[in-house]
Amino acid sequence: MPPTVARLAGHRLFWPLALLAALLVTNVAYTPDFFSIQIRDGHLFGSLVDILRLGSPLLLVALGMTLVIAIGGIDLSVGAVVAISGAVACLNISDLADQQSVGGVVVAVLLALGVCVALGVWNGVLVAGIGMQPIIATLILMVAGRGVAQMITSGRIVTVNSEPYHLIGGGYELGLPLSVVIAAAVLVLTGLVVRRTALGLLLESVGGNREASRLVGIRARGLTIAVYAFCALCAAGAGLMVSSNVAAADGNNAGLWIELDAILAVVIGGTSLTGGRFHLGGTAIGALVIQTLSTTVYTVGVPPESTLVFKALVVMAVCLLQSPAFRAKVLSRKLPRRSDTGVGAPAAGTATSTGSSRSSTPASAAQSPKEATTL
Amino acid sequence: MSLTATTPARPRTRKTAATLLAVALCMSLAACGGAGKKAPAGSGTDANGAKKLVFGFSQVGSESGWRAANTKSIQDAAKAAGFELKFSDAQQKQENQIAAIRTFIQQKVDVIGFSPVVVTGWDTVLKEAKAAGIPVILTDRAIDTQDKTLYKTFIGSDFVKEGTAAGQWLVDAEKSGTGTVNIAELEGTTGSAPAIDRKKGFEDLVLKDPRFKLVADQTGDFTRAKGKEVMTAFLKAHKDINILFAHNDDMAMGAIQAIEEAGLKPGKDIRIVSIDGVKDAFQAMVDGKIEVVVECNPLIGPQVMDLVRKLKDKAEVPARVESKEGVFTKDKAAAELPNRQY
Repeated sequence: MPPTVARLAGHRLFWPLALLAALLVTNVAYTPDFFSIQIRDGHLFGSLVDILRLGSPLLLVALGMTLVIAIGGIDLSVGAVVAISGAVACLNISDLADQQSVGGVVVAVLLALGVCVALGVWNGVLVAGIGMQPIIATLILMVAGRGVAQMITSGRIVTVNSEPYHLIGGGYELGLPLSVVIAAAVLVLTGLVVRRTALGLLLESVGGNREASRLVGIRARGLTIAVYAFCALCAAGAGLMVSSNVAAADGNNAGLWIELDAILAVVIGGTSLTGGRFHLGGTAIGALVIQTLSTTVYTVGVPPESTLVFKALVVMAVCLLQSPAFRAKVLSRKLPRRSDTGVGAPAAGTATSTGSSRSSTPASAAQSPKEATTL
Repeated sequence: MSLTATTPARPRTRKTAATLLAVALCMSLAACGGAGKKAPAGSGTDANGAKKLVFGFSQVGSESGWRAANTKSIQDAAKAAGFELKFSDAQQKQENQIAAIRTFIQQKVDVIGFSPVVVTGWDTVLKEAKAAGIPVILTDRAIDTQDKTLYKTFIGSDFVKEGTAAGQWLVDAEKSGTGTVNIAELEGTTGSAPAIDRKKGFEDLVLKDPRFKLVADQTGDFTRAKGKEVMTAFLKAHKDINILFAHNDDMAMGAIQAIEEAGLKPGKDIRIVSIDGVKDAFQAMVDGKIEVVVECNPLIGPQVMDLVRKLKDKAEVPARVESKEGVFTKDKAAAELPNRQY
């Protein structure tokens, strides 16, 4: 294997990207004009645009989830927050005398975001203030939140007919879907704030060892609460997109299981579930992989009863391929004598939940299958 | 560990606080559930001082607008009939329903009705009801049991018939046509009785004729958002869809948005057949976007009360009562729209 290829293959984003490309190409076999993007009604129109647009809510939720996981937590309540955010916004808009008034919609949206940030703070306080296990603390809101969303909508599906609100999830700006613009902006801003300042380092430090971080003077408690609040804010944004896209708030089904998709996106992106390091770019790729997978299921015509198994197989494949230990074991059997250059790749072997990122040298594992098994 | 050892008191207080909080939460949740289960304290007698007929009813839960309309219909009809209704919401849990039925038996109600969450596991509790001499009515959903004497009657929709009715409309509409008709189907939640039966009823009838071709078929989970997402992808992959069959109105409403966003006209480029009959779907029919809606009627309260009265009087009732349902085409929609309650 030439060194450049080996270095590419060792990059942590190589396998998710390869899978994304493979999925996209599969679609072309079934829909020849899959990659074509036209301009229709003054905006971009095509399958790729759909994937970006429908994937935006997941991307947003996964972004917040990445930071929560980075500090060693997890947030199961994002799906419920998605439902609550849509419910609060739609209910307020449906009560407006004039649903087309921009001011009224802005107030409704701000109210929804505010309520959800408060819920995020609640999560953060349970985790950092009271010291509950994150999975239990957020489970409370996951279960109760969906009930709250249904209470807000009185068990009905609240429909709205508001042009300004529809813009968020279904509108276009400069030819691009507004939801994509919003998600991309949040991604870039978050990236700048955590990577251009010390914040990212502080988060990773808290995720690595909370007590040690506190002792060196990092305000772990405040940071934790802030991160949970940010995660809920992201989920709230996603909730607005979802409900705005269909112009209705469904307390029972909006954002159902999105927490699992978000965690999956984070894992595919190479963030370790044990906390302590994170990759925002990887998360974005992960979210796109998941949405592309859904689209592929619809285009290829996988029978509904096998959809979940099909998805599981693809996800399993990407997770396995991403694990340096697995790759070393399987690939080195096929290529028994890998050259030193290949091994020398700066494999940022973070990958999956095996936690192998912590073990020092995935590269050395590549040399010998036996070592790989002992990892 | 040494870190925590320096502050021995804090972890313990934290743990205690967390435990207390968890206990408090559990209790408050239980209290909420309990409040829902408590039967309304009725006087038990009507205006004339005669003893009121007592009907105990255990509802599945309140998962959809359809279900909310179903609950309201039962409550209103019981009031209108002058019965005392003991209502309990099972919150989608079988154990809650079994507990509610046992409570009804202890309270010696005259008739028990319930809409079973799942199909199996009812034999024991229904035997208890039978031993107490209380007749049982199943509403909306059936149960699976060897002993058909455990309940007196089952009233509800026949999902296969609903699918067939939707298919029949399509066959009639295309009677004079000659070309191929490409159909896309949005299924309900995979594995649910309505999804399986509606698919079967529709496809068994329609696909007999080779002119009809099912080109795309996927689950939309009975929701607007999924219906829209799946239809968006269908439209990109299949340029030649003529007919959309949606297993419920919510998915049809989502699909309409997808069709419009793709620059097509629902009702003209793609004709839509749907099931349920919610208000929004009737509005869409008036707007010319849906061709036909097969009703799945939640308003079975009056029919249920009728059966309750007969059972109390020890009269004979049929083992299977079908709810009154209609098929509404576009031209009848405007007249029916004001009557829609859900």
